[in-house]
Amino acid sequence: MFQAFQQRRWPLIILWVVIVAAIVAAPAVLPVFRLNLLGRFLSLAIVALGIDLIWGFTGLLSLGQGIFFALGGYVAAMYLQLNSSGDLPNGIPEFFSLYGVNRLPAFWEPFHSPLFTLVAIWLVPAVLAAVLGNLVFRNRIKGVYFSILTQAALLVFFNFFNGQQKLINGTNGLKTDVTQLFGQMVGSPEMQRGFFWLTSVVVILAWLLLRWVVRGRFGDVLIAIRDDEPRLRFAGYNPTLFKTIVFAIAGGLAGIGGALYTVQSGIVSPQYMTVPFSIEMVIWVAVGGRGTLVGAILGAVVINYAKSLVSEALPQSWLFIQGGLFILVVTALPEGVIGWFRGDGPRNWLNRFGISRRSETYPRLDLEGQEEVQS
Amino acid sequence: MSMALLELRQITVSFDGFLALRDLNLSLQPGELRAVIGPNGAGKTTFLDVITGKTAPTEGDVVFKGRSLVGTREHRIARFGIGRKFQSPRVFEKLSVQENLALAVSQPKQPWSLLVGGLNGQQRDRVQHLMSIVNLQNRSDWAAGSLSHGQKQWLEIAMLVGQDPDLLLVDEPVAGLTDEETDLTADLLKSLAGDHTVLVIEHDMEFIRRLESPVTVLHQGHVLCEGTMDQVQADPRVIEVYLGTTEEENP
Amino acid sequence: MQLLLESLFNGVAIGSVLLMAALGLAIVFGLMGVINLAHGELIMLGAYTTYVVQLIFKLPALQPVYNAYVLVALPLAFIVSGVVGILLERTVIRRLYGNPLETLLATWGVSLILQQFVRSVPLAHAAGLILALVLGFGLPLLLPSSLLAGPRARLVRAGSWAISALGGVLLAGGLASQITRIARATSRNVDVTAPKWMRGGIEFIDITFPVPRLVIIVITIVAVVGVTWFLNKSVWGMRIRAVTQNRSMSDCLGIPTDTVDVLTFGIGSGLAGVAGVAVSLLGSVGPNVGGSYIVGCFMVVVLGGVGNLLGTVLASFAIGMLTDLIGAGRLLTIWPDMPAPLAGAVNFFATTSMAQVMVFALIVVFLQFRPAGLFPQKGRMVEA
Repeated sequence: MFQAFQQRRWPLIILWVVIVAAIVAAPAVLPVFRLNLLGRFLSLAIVALGIDLIWGFTGLLSLGQGIFFALGGYVAAMYLQLNSSGDLPNGIPEFFSLYGVNRLPAFWEPFHSPLFTLVAIWLVPAVLAAVLGNLVFRNRIKGVYFSILTQAALLVFFNFFNGQQKLINGTNGLKTDVTQLFGQMVGSPEMQRGFFWLTSVVVILAWLLLRWVVRGRFGDVLIAIRDDEPRLRFAGYNPTLFKTIVFAIAGGLAGIGGALYTVQSGIVSPQYMTVPFSIEMVIWVAVGGRGTLVGAILGAVVINYAKSLVSEALPQSWLFIQGGLFILVVTALPEGVIGWFRGDGPRNWLNRFGISRRSETYPRLDLEGQEEVQS
Repeated sequence: MSMALLELRQITVSFDGFLALRDLNLSLQPGELRAVIGPNGAGKTTFLDVITGKTAPTEGDVVFKGRSLVGTREHRIARFGIGRKFQSPRVFEKLSVQENLALAVSQPKQPWSLLVGGLNGQQRDRVQHLMSIVNLQNRSDWAAGSLSHGQKQWLEIAMLVGQDPDLLLVDEPVAGLTDEETDLTADLLKSLAGDHTVLVIEHDMEFIRRLESPVTVLHQGHVLCEGTMDQVQADPRVIEVYLGTTEEENP
Repeated sequence: MQLLLESLFNGVAIGSVLLMAALGLAIVFGLMGVINLAHGELIMLGAYTTYVVQLIFKLPALQPVYNAYVLVALPLAFIVSGVVGILLERTVIRRLYGNPLETLLATWGVSLILQQFVRSVPLAHAAGLILALVLGFGLPLLLPSSLLAGPRARLVRAGSWAISALGGVLLAGGLASQITRIARATSRNVDVTAPKWMRGGIEFIDITFPVPRLVIIVITIVAVVGVTWFLNKSVWGMRIRAVTQNRSMSDCLGIPTDTVDVLTFGIGSGLAGVAGVAVSLLGSVGPNVGGSYIVGCFMVVVLGGVGNLLGTVLASFAIGMLTDLIGAGRLLTIWPDMPAPLAGAVNFFATTSMAQVMVFALIVVFLQFRPAGLFPQKGRMVEA
């Protein structure tokens, strides 16, 4: 796998050049509406990178990344709301008066500070992920059980945020587009262009961070966890610790993505914590190619762009297409598009049309995956 | 007699009333090479599970270097100096041979130290050395999953050695190997004894004989007898256990 | 006493809906290791079946026996969801055995398609399609095997599918022309009106027990007893258990493992359909009705442990009673003069959705002590 990667390096470099060129050119070429969409999808790509780390490399399928995504968004929105409510009666965000709340709930107080907010955007989701993850991992709950528990946790957080009007405006969520930042409206075109640049930079930084994480022995440990976690324990490693760390990293990235998504879409609401949205995130990674970082970014951007195009043209059909995509990608394209390119996909296609010569491969032994038989 | 490296004291393991091990006592001296045999279902693998912390004993105590291992988690036991090779080879199939060995020799095994740097020169040499011992140096970039069965067995043994444990627990190292490979494995294990303590579980009697080590016979979860290979083979109880009756005399 | 009885009844009522919904899922997961995220949509299909059956019974010809429609809806819902489940198993899930995470994603895709399907396809047409599927799969079973194995096998099969398709088209056309409400696609929720005998309640020691709840409890008891009997006493039940324990050995012994898979999945899915009937009696039916039950079902499976029906039953009732106890703020009624902060906390959680929050927290705490649920599988089968 490693060798193959090095041999097929040039398409990847081309891909990167195209991506960077597209990002640089986008603000000049795209109308504000499309640019804003692209910015949002790039924020989703940050979440997808985190999912790729925990699922693609470590084998942990989380169906609850929406929790961390929404938390990041709420943190950002709370700061923006406070920042813009100085002139309002009581000096607190407007929605509180609807529910007869006159005093700011205590947990809002720290969000007056921009520095605290910048840290909390990633730290709050990361710490929550670490705590929740550790509670599950230390009991060696894994596989589908982990997935189910993350999904249940998601529903729980949705219920909580959806039901607490007096604390967090419940189902209506928090609006950010009419709030002020640096004396400007967050929803203004200039600010939005700025957020687009910021998101692009963060995507690349996140990619660099994860590349550093998955390369080398730390990444090898993650793959080893995916392959055979019990065996790794007998080699002296503590998988629980590694899993907690990567789950926290993924949670933190989801928080950053959520904050950037919120300021670009103008609102954060419990809708970010719905079950379908969190599963959708997984499919971006699956289509792009799990275990390939570039695949996660591309998958998130391309699928969401396709979604917005299809939904504009044929609103009825998107769920059919998405459902079909889920089925197709797990049955026919388990490595995703990038994985298919890196693997033998293109060669097999060329073979099929008689263009390329079939190369000899080492005969695959049927001993793989044989379970240990106890005597 | 010096202090034993590993001592199992009256170990009993019960799975819902089924006694996989009962009142098992065994001790290993430092540097010793010991073979454990026994018919199917004698509890050989459970016995390794108890030592390595995978299964908690229902009763009894495991003492290693003077410290009780009961209740200690697997990775701590491994770091404490006990390495284990599994019955069917378990290597990390998606990692290359070199990466498998690098994980084994890495020290310390903490996340941060794995993140910030590569192997040091000494560790890299160890990886190269291990690959040459098990004859995999020209396969270093191959995914472990694409190796043959015998090569996987050896890779796992190399990983075990790379961990540099005080005690090596080796479960059926020659299953599925050719005769030549079997002989080489026996030599390898014999050369490890002395510096390390080695415990081998095996069905292959020729292989055990080649090890020239004391033999412990397990039967129905406890120790039936101990002795040299010849003594054990002559023991009527052992013959009965293996052959069912004493009618057939084993030459 | 009265208070206790009332909260007990409420807990059992919530628990039995949960149990009914989770039963099929637990069977499919416990016996086949398959996580079916489309289970909620199979429940939804059962609920829609009830709706269609009810409308059919409103036709003048059937008006006199209208009150019996629930009895017809139960087996029909079982068949509808069962057949869709079998189709799902044959086409998608069987390719993914041994890959639970992949199965999870694929079945989620199926659930999206089914949700959009009931939105975009008129129910009359959907009924026709399902009839065609039922006939198409069912007819060959009724024909003598000599015909199917003979030289004209292909022709016979094609013929039976053609007849099925015709039947489906006729049913679709007939329903669409007779019942205008299901002739057009709609994404709005629909309501199933309970028959007269199911409205109201039965009074017993000053407490009113709503009849629909009682009916659901009875359905659940029958379903659980039936499944237990089937798995433990019948020949096919034994085969199913054999395949669960050792697939290749069962294959060698001549057990048709393929048929066993179909049967197991079909029964699990059919039970979802029956659950759908129960769900339709409690509230309105819509494309999203399945989604609101699925997470609760999974909690039951996690709490109950895998492969143990008793665990599923106990977990359902435990969750049901806890939800009622917390969600209705019953602790306050039991202990009216508790300290104010505690009372505040009890009130904070005294809604259905906040009760779910609390129940989840309790389950996570419980899993710290029993990671494998109430009844873990023990012994050498477990891989650590």
